[in-house]
Amino acid sequence: MPFIAELIIAILLVISGVFGFVGSYGLIKLKDPLQRLHAPTKATTLGIGAVLIASMVYFVAKTGHVSVHELIITLFLFLTAPITANFIAKTYMARNLKVSDLPKSGTDYGWSVFSDPPKREPLD
Amino acid sequence: MIEAALIFAAICYGVALLLDLWRIAVGPDASDRILALDTMVINVIGLLVIYGIGRGTAIYFEAAMLVAMVGFVSTVAYCRFLLRGDIIE
Repeated sequence: MPFIAELIIAILLVISGVFGFVGSYGLIKLKDPLQRLHAPTKATTLGIGAVLIASMVYFVAKTGHVSVHELIITLFLFLTAPITANFIAKTYMARNLKVSDLPKSGTDYGWSVFSDPPKREPLD
Repeated sequence: MIEAALIFAAICYGVALLLDLWRIAVGPDASDRILALDTMVINVIGLLVIYGIGRGTAIYFEAAMLVAMVGFVSTVAYCRFLLRGDIIE
């Protein structure tokens, strides 16, 4: 394996480990539950992206042809991380906040966790 | 050089898993525990990929893919259960 490939793989692995550790450290360090959402959903996702790129470079340098397995995992994780963060924030709001704690929604309808969904015409 | 970087990254993800366990143990609210479980799933995916690089086989990607899918579905199921009292309405 050429030296430059080894260097790139090692740097990506170190970046990935540091970001994964920072994500979990933020999970125990930050005070407010909604602040704690930031560390794992952003830093840890970046760490996983780095380790998957490292794996892709490794298998390209080892076998000589490109594999796209890792891209599937990367795409899946990057699509699902905001969805899980949104769900966890909604769970926290539904369990710990009241409607009077929130600002006005600015539309004709209330916030989605607390109010009923808007009435919709039935489909024919 | 790759071996040293692999060991460093594996140690980082191992310590991160321990920190997640700490948050699961002391987390004041259920949403904190769900968040820590989701982070544990993502860290386990990282460990699986690192192990696959260390062994030089591509078989661990399938395992990482399955863990990613099951982790996402389980997180959404937990949140649905706490939000609505039911998973599939």
